[in-house]
Amino acid sequence: MPEASKIVNDFSITIATVNGSGSQTANTILLRALFKMGIPVSGKNLFPSNIQGLPTWYTIRVNKDGFIARRDEHEIVVCINPTSFGRDLAGVLPGGAFFYADDIKLPINRADISLYPMPVKQLASVADVSPKLRDYIANMVYVGVLAHILNIDLDKIRQALDYHFEGNAKAVESNFATVKAAADWAAANLTKNDPYLVKPMDKTSGLIMADGNTAAALGAIYGGVQFVAWYPITPATSLAETMNEYLPRLRKNAEGKNTYAVLQAEDELAAIGMAIGAGWAGLRSMTSTSGPGLSLMTEYAGLAYYAEVPIVIWDVQRIGPSTGLPTRTSQGDLTFTYFMGHGDTGHVILLPGSVNECFEFGWRAFDLAERLQTPVFVLSDLDLGMNQWMTKPFVYPDHPLDRGKILWEKDLEKINGMWARYKDMDGDAIPYRTLPGNKHPASAWFGRGTGHDENARYTEDSQIWEANMARLRRKFDTARTLVPKPVIKTTKGAEIGIIAYGSTVPAVEEARVLLQQAGGPKSDFLRLRALPCTGEVHKFVKNHRRVYVVEANRDGQLRELLSMAMPDQANKLVSACHSDGLPLTARWVKEAILAQEVK
Amino acid sequence: MATPTITGQTNRAGLTRADYKGFPTTLCQGCGHNSIASQLIAACYEMDIVPETIMKFSGIGCSSKSPTYFLNRSFGFNGLHGRMPSLATGALFADKSLRAIGVSGDGDTASIGIGQFKHLVRRNAPMVYIVENNGVYGLTKGQFSATAEVGLELKHQGTNFYMPVDICMEALASNATFVARSFAGDPKQVKELIKAALSHHGIAVLDIISPCVTFNNQENTFHSYTWGKDHEAPLHEISFVPALDEITVEDFEAGTTREVTMHDGSTVILKKLEKDYDPTDRWQALRMMEEAQRNNWMVTGLIYLETGRPALTDLYNLPEMPLNRLGDADLRPGRESLDKVNAKMR
Repeated sequence: MPEASKIVNDFSITIATVNGSGSQTANTILLRALFKMGIPVSGKNLFPSNIQGLPTWYTIRVNKDGFIARRDEHEIVVCINPTSFGRDLAGVLPGGAFFYADDIKLPINRADISLYPMPVKQLASVADVSPKLRDYIANMVYVGVLAHILNIDLDKIRQALDYHFEGNAKAVESNFATVKAAADWAAANLTKNDPYLVKPMDKTSGLIMADGNTAAALGAIYGGVQFVAWYPITPATSLAETMNEYLPRLRKNAEGKNTYAVLQAEDELAAIGMAIGAGWAGLRSMTSTSGPGLSLMTEYAGLAYYAEVPIVIWDVQRIGPSTGLPTRTSQGDLTFTYFMGHGDTGHVILLPGSVNECFEFGWRAFDLAERLQTPVFVLSDLDLGMNQWMTKPFVYPDHPLDRGKILWEKDLEKINGMWARYKDMDGDAIPYRTLPGNKHPASAWFGRGTGHDENARYTEDSQIWEANMARLRRKFDTARTLVPKPVIKTTKGAEIGIIAYGSTVPAVEEARVLLQQAGGPKSDFLRLRALPCTGEVHKFVKNHRRVYVVEANRDGQLRELLSMAMPDQANKLVSACHSDGLPLTARWVKEAILAQEVK
Repeated sequence: MATPTITGQTNRAGLTRADYKGFPTTLCQGCGHNSIASQLIAACYEMDIVPETIMKFSGIGCSSKSPTYFLNRSFGFNGLHGRMPSLATGALFADKSLRAIGVSGDGDTASIGIGQFKHLVRRNAPMVYIVENNGVYGLTKGQFSATAEVGLELKHQGTNFYMPVDICMEALASNATFVARSFAGDPKQVKELIKAALSHHGIAVLDIISPCVTFNNQENTFHSYTWGKDHEAPLHEISFVPALDEITVEDFEAGTTREVTMHDGSTVILKKLEKDYDPTDRWQALRMMEEAQRNNWMVTGLIYLETGRPALTDLYNLPEMPLNRLGDADLRPGRESLDKVNAKMR
C-alpha cells in the first residue's frame, strides 16, 4: 500500500464481546499500550446492566491531534459475539476493517471492507493456562491480531499487561504468550489490505491514564478524608472500593494505626446519616453515590444544610429518572442537587472536567465543606468516573488542610467561653463551631434540624428563623467567592460563547474546531467548574451575543440555572442538550450549534 | 452496698447535680419520658461522668425531644425521624473515649427506624440506646405505633389490627450485647439499668415502657401506668456498683445473687426473684421473652448481656488520639507518595 493512502493514528476501534467474558482486561490493555506508544487515545466502555451474557462494546479512539471525545463512527470493528455480529458488521465504515472470531459461521455481505477472521478458540486452546482461564485468555487473541495488523508495539502490550496484573509475572507471561502467538499467526496467515495504522508519537509523555473514580478517591485521601460511609451503586461503587484499596497503603500513622474509617452502610439513608454524624463530630467525612442514592439522601442533605454540617457527597451520575439505565451516563442531576432538600436551600457543587480535576476536587471539596460548614457536592458521571482517560498527573495540594472555624479548649479559654454556635462574628455569615471531645465547660451545643437560635437552642420565633435563613443565603454568597473559578478559552474574532462542564468538555473542545472547519462561527469557551456561579460567568454571558450551553441531559439544566441567576441575560442562553445514555460526540455538538445559529 | 462518697454537694468529678441538668421539659405533665430524663441525670451524676464526655442523640418524636432536658453540658444532635442510629454511628468514630446516649421512641425505632435500629445493634455500636416506648405517636396526636398491642382501641384511630413489634426481641434477634426492659414508673430500676448500660462497651438497648398520659393511658392497655404496675414482673432486683468501689455483696443472701462484671470493671449485681434467670444465656433470654408474651407479663430487668464482643469502633485499628484531633501530618500523605502513584499510572 502506498504511504500516502495510509491512515495513521486517526481512527476508532469498536470491540464487541459478551459481558462478563473478561474482555475488559484485553480492551484496557490495548488502550494503555497505545497510550504508552505516545498516541493520544481514549476508551469508552458501553456495557449493559448485567453480570454475564449480554452484548457489550468497547470503543477506542486514537487521534494524533489529541481529540478524545467519543465518536459514533467505527473504522475498525472486532466481533467476538455472535449475538451482535450482524449489527457490528453493518457498523463498519466503508473502507474499514472487520475482525471476527472464525467460529462464528454467519453470512458476511460486505465487499467494501477488509475482513480478518481470527482462530480465537484454536489459539486459546493451546494457551498454557488452567481450563477455567481459557475463556479469559481468548480475548488476548484479538489483542495479538490487532497488534500485528495495526502495528501496535508488542513491548508496550507487555508493559500494559505488567501494569494490569501489578507485576504478577505468571499472569503477564501467559497472557503475553497468547498475544504473541496470535500476532505470529496473523503474520503468517493474514494479508493487510486496510489503510489503518498506528505509529509511535510523543504526545502522551508526562501524562497518566486513570479513571475519575480512582482519581476522586485518591484526591479525598490526600485531602485527609477520615470517614467514608457508602452503599454500592453503579457507577459510584469503584470510588469507595478504591478508597479501600489505597487507604491502607497511604494512611497509616507511625504506629501502624488507621487515620480513617470506611463503613459500608445498609443503604444510602444511613450512608449520609453516618457521614453527617462524623462531619458534625469533626471528621473529614464523605459519601459517594449515584442518582437513586442521591434521592434517598435528600432529607439528610437538607438537615446538613440547615444545621451547617460539613460533608462531601460525590454523585457519579447515571441516566434517570428512577432506576433508569444504570450503566449509562448523563448529567441529569444538576438542578436536583442544586436545590436538594425541601424548603429554601442552595448547595455548593463542584464540576470536575477531567480525571485530573477529579483528584483536585477530591481534596478541595473538604476544604470548602469545612470552611463553609455545609454539604459540598461533586458531580462526576459514569463516563468520567468509570472510563480510563489520559490526563495530567495528579497535583499535590498547594496549601495545608483548611479546617475552617473550629474552637478547641485553648480557643475557648481565650474568649472566656463566650461564643454562640450560629453567630456571624466575622461578617462572612460563617459561624464558629466546637467538636465533641472538647472538654471546656462552655464547649457543648445541641445540633438539630429544627428551628434554632444563635445558641443552637430550639425556637419557633419567626424573626429568629428568618434572620438565620437570611444568613444562610449570605453564606451562599461567601461560597461564590471561594469556589473554583471557570476556565475561559478565547478565540480572536469569536462570535459566540459556549458554556459546558464535566465529561462533555472534550466533545465541545473538538466541536469548536469542527465548527470553524465547517464555516461556522468562531467561539469562546467557558468551562464551568462550580456552582454557585462566580462573577466571571455573568461577565462571559454579557460579553457574547449568544451563548450555547452544552450538556448531557434532556432539559438543559445548567441553562435553567444560569437563566435564573441572570434573568436579564436569559434570552441569550441557548440550550444544546442531548441525553441518550452515551457520551456526547463532537459531531453532535457541532450540528446542534449550527442548527440553532441564526445569521 | 457501697455508695460513692459525696463531699458536700459535689460528686467525684467535682460537679453538682445542677451541672447535669437540661432545659425545662416541654413534654406533657406526668409523661414517663420526664422521669427517664431525671434518672439519666441521677445516673450520670452518681457515676461521676463529666458531661462533656457524653454525646446525646435522638431522632424525631416526643422521646427525641428529651435529650434537651438532661445534660446541657453534653454535645448533642437531634437528627431525622428513624435515622438517629446512622448519625450516632458516624459520630462515634470521632473520639472513641466519649460515651453516647441515644433516646428514641417506639415510632422512631420500631416503625420508621427499624432498619437503622437493627443495623446499629448488629454492628454493636458502643452506645446506650433508650426507647421511650408508649405504643403511640404523641406529637401527631395519638396514632398507633408499631409497638401498639393488637386490639388496642384509640379515640380517633379505631382498633389496631396488627401484631406488635417487641423491641427487646428485635434487639436479641439482631445479636445485641445488652438488652433490658424497664418501666418509667419504676425509677430505681430505670436508674440502675441506665448505670449498667453506661458501663457496657457495645450496644445497650434499654426499652422503657413509658406511658403516654395524653393519648394512651387507658387502664387496660399495655403501655399504661395501671397495667404496668399490675403486670410488671421484674427478673431480679438490680444494683450497680461502680468500678471504683470495693464490691460488697453482703446485702444479698448467698446463692440468690449473680454478679456481672462490666467492661470498665464495675459490677451489676442481680438479686434473683423466683426464677433462676441467667442473663448471659441468649437462648434462655429468648425463651423467657416468649414465655412472658404468652403469659401477658411485662418482664423487666436485664434480659441479656454479653461482655466479650468487640464494639464497632474497636474493629477499625484506630489510634489512641481521637480522630477529630489529628492534624495535617497524620491526614495528608507525603508528596513523594503521590509521585509514586502518578509514576505507576504512566
